[in-house]
Amino acid sequence: MSKTTTGAPADPTPDEQDLGAAGSQLSTAPKEELPSLPSLGVIGWARWFWRQLTSMRVALLLLLLLSLGAIPGSLIPQTGTDETKVADFRDAHPALGDVYDKLGLFHVYSSVWFSAIYILLFVSLIGCIVPRTWQFVGQLRGRPPGAPRRMTRLPAYTTWRTGAEPEQVREAALALLKKRRFRAHLTGDAVAAEKGYLREVGNLAFHIALIVLLTAFAWGQLFKMEGNKLIVEGDGFSNTITQYDDFKSGNLFSQDDLDPFSFTLDDFTGTYEPSGPNKGTPRTYQAALDYSIGAYGKDKKTTVKVNEPLEIGDSKVYLTAHGYAPVITVRDGKGNVVYSQAVPLLPLDSNVTSSGAIKVMDGYRNAKGVKEQLGFQAFFLPSYVPGNEVASQFPALTNPVLNLEAYHGDLGVDAGIPQSVYQLDKSHLKEFKNSKGEQLRENLKPGETMKLPNGAGSVTYEGTKEWANFQITRQPGSGWALGGAVTAIFGLAGSLFIQRRRVWVRAVKGDDGVTVVEMAGLGRSESAKVPEELGDLAGILYDQAPGVPDADDAPADPSVSPDPQVVPAEGAEQ
Amino acid sequence: MTLAAATDLAAATNLAAATNENLANLSNTLIYSAMAVYTLAFFAYITEWIFGGRSKIGRTAAALTASKEAAGPAVTVNKAGGTAVMERPKVVVRAAAGARDVPDGPGAHGGDAQGDLYGRIAVSLTVLAFLIELGGVVARAASVERAPWGNMYEFNITFSTVAVGVYLTLLALRKNVRWLGLFLITTVLLDLGIAVTVLYTASDQLVPALHSYWLYIHVSTAILCGAVFYVGAVSTILYLFKDSYENKLASGGEPGRFATSFLERLPASASLDKFSYRVNAAVFPLWTFTIIAGAIWAGDAWGRYWGWDPKETWAFITWVAYACYLHARATAGWKGRKAAYLALIAFGCWLFNYYGVNIFVSGKHSYAGV
Ligand code: HEM
Repeated sequence: MSKTTTGAPADPTPDEQDLGAAGSQLSTAPKEELPSLPSLGVIGWARWFWRQLTSMRVALLLLLLLSLGAIPGSLIPQTGTDETKVADFRDAHPALGDVYDKLGLFHVYSSVWFSAIYILLFVSLIGCIVPRTWQFVGQLRGRPPGAPRRMTRLPAYTTWRTGAEPEQVREAALALLKKRRFRAHLTGDAVAAEKGYLREVGNLAFHIALIVLLTAFAWGQLFKMEGNKLIVEGDGFSNTITQYDDFKSGNLFSQDDLDPFSFTLDDFTGTYEPSGPNKGTPRTYQAALDYSIGAYGKDKKTTVKVNEPLEIGDSKVYLTAHGYAPVITVRDGKGNVVYSQAVPLLPLDSNVTSSGAIKVMDGYRNAKGVKEQLGFQAFFLPSYVPGNEVASQFPALTNPVLNLEAYHGDLGVDAGIPQSVYQLDKSHLKEFKNSKGEQLRENLKPGETMKLPNGAGSVTYEGTKEWANFQITRQPGSGWALGGAVTAIFGLAGSLFIQRRRVWVRAVKGDDGVTVVEMAGLGRSESAKVPEELGDLAGILYDQAPGVPDADDAPADPSVSPDPQVVPAEGAEQ
Repeated sequence: MTLAAATDLAAATNLAAATNENLANLSNTLIYSAMAVYTLAFFAYITEWIFGGRSKIGRTAAALTASKEAAGPAVTVNKAGGTAVMERPKVVVRAAAGARDVPDGPGAHGGDAQGDLYGRIAVSLTVLAFLIELGGVVARAASVERAPWGNMYEFNITFSTVAVGVYLTLLALRKNVRWLGLFLITTVLLDLGIAVTVLYTASDQLVPALHSYWLYIHVSTAILCGAVFYVGAVSTILYLFKDSYENKLASGGEPGRFATSFLERLPASASLDKFSYRVNAAVFPLWTFTIIAGAIWAGDAWGRYWGWDPKETWAFITWVAYACYLHARATAGWKGRKAAYLALIAFGCWLFNYYGVNIFVSGKHSYAGV
């Protein structure tokens, strides 16, 4: 198919002007200028700074900085993802922790320096896109530049002599190029054509989409909210800040942004691998909900699974955790029920061994009729296997056992210091003793009752409910972010896979009265496709304007042949 | 559930567990067999290189000296339009100013017929090993009744299958890539070796957070991107070697015999560079898509689409690094070696995201069991 010949001698008078016009503006990439320091006072400096900021070189540098800057955040614990790890780190390395604090390394992605990088990049991006868009619009309005005088200097070139008239050849070429969806027109003795504008469209779309994406992301950060709520089967929730167990929000979030809705947890179901080496691995978690939107909305039923949140307005309700809540009834010495509640316990391992506390705060009087508080430390195994008292053997409720340790006195809840609901503060509590004088503790099965000594009452383990933890989030702007992302992909594909290229066809009468056809192609880069396409077009045109044999019908003829002053292909290679 | 139903269910699950056990064993056998065949392929590729070493090659040097002697750059002439009745016009193609015009090397066999035969045997063995490995991956998937991407062992065996698949596809498309074979198979053997020794995990279920069709989309494209990036990185490294070799020759230096024998057979540095650019650029949009698919999945599973989890952060870093590389190629002054270093850094980020983050950094992604 191809043979190699060595180059022809150099053309002594390279004429660059002609090619300059033909090769110009094949892309909208900004020209690289070497940094030269200004001497024009403030405005001069400002202009210099702006030009630097919007240059490709600085954009590249900022991109590199952005990726470097993102690294520490992935290696150092971050307050945004795990506060306790940050605290551990501070304890372990106090001096280093202080340094990190100063540098904002515990919250890299909201630190001053990281923001500075991306804001500069953002400005650079806008400063880059706006002029490029205008330039491109100008190119679309204008016409492809005319043929260079010396077409031999272009990266792909061909010529032949034909018996057809020059006008005929030019018309045929124009028709052919238009049919191939080139933008083509006749200028002087040649046809100029260009194709592949979608590349630039794609490239601009991509960069604009990046701006949309970044803006949407920033918007989401400012207006987001995120809260958690633990709900026992049968209980409900309505979306107000006071009902949340914990709540975080962006700087500009206001309470009015909460979507009005409420729901009740009807039932939680978890299934687990029943046997085999991975016995106990969870297979499904799902929560059946009854929900209603607005103050007087109709009740609807739905199920929420781990990857399938319930969406209400801008809010999403996620199922994030689950555990068990034994139903406990406490009676005083006279048999009056003073406490009856499902008590959520905290899971400790993957087999849902759980612990927690039962706190009877008021309504209880002891055998002497004196007001007192009761506390029980609870330890729960959903699947108790005799012989292993300290850990559950399976996550489901196959053989539940609740171990209770009983205390009385003052729970310390009125002191105003926030207390974990899962732990007893035993500093003002006294142990209940059994007949042997030891701490009273018993294993209960569902339905069983533990008697408190000396007519102090009793505690009954009625049965077990499950609880589920829901995370409710609202992240506005995510639709915009998604739209930006999708546009970015298509724009990128267009910008990387489409070639922008020009083709010229010149037909003139030679000195001997025979028409000489010259064709040349120029792409943004050296690509095999440009010559291939040119050959293809030339083949078709050749059929319409067949060659006449001639002695010097060789393209590598030294008199017309290439000189070393080649137009360098612009831009990225394809 | 009645007690009877419960026993029925238990019996049924036991039966299913037994078939799964068999499938898992079958998968392991297939993976080990694939390793054996890859090893044979490896020796065949080595033999190909050895035979090629005996033939005389010195095309690069010849071309470089020739072009120094001639005043102008070399010109390649293509005949256009296929079979012409009368002689059709020829298209003259010229290289950009300053570009070396060096012909591609003949490939690992170096033009030696015996070497070529071994090369063909090596490719056939690679195809066979690929099919066996693919069978292993499919059996694994069947045994765990889900996509085989729940832990690093499964990720590794899928990754090497896809990398070899990419190589074989390029071969089938008649691209000049046979020179990749030895490097690729060496790493595939390493990858599988690590998989079966260090990373092996008995079949297990996914934790519910991993149950989503986005798993299929996100992880499959991530694996494909990794495989293609890997092919790009290998050719980038070879480009760097070949480029220094050509530089040395052009400046009148004399490279060592091993370097000559080895590098002469590779494509010209310009071809290697172009190949790695094309490969990286072609897969970059897919990598962008992978990250977005991951963000959508994270939005469903964890309630936020982006949370700077270490895995997310490194995917982002990798993405920005490849964007740097593409920008560098588009900007004058950063072509060639500098851009190649960026491409290697970018691939390094990808590798770290896979191995480094799973092993050294804990985050939401690392719970699937290493
Ligand atoms: C937010 C960070 C940015 C990213 C991730 C990014 C990414 C990309 C990518 C992937 C390409 C495609 C490369 C190609 O067509 O060969 C590209 C092209 C381009 N980018 Fe960016 N870019 C960013 C910021 C910028 C900035 C700030 C500028 C302006 C200074 C800029 C100017 C350009 C230009 C002019 C091209 C086209 C090059 C050509 O026509 O071949 N980009 N960019």
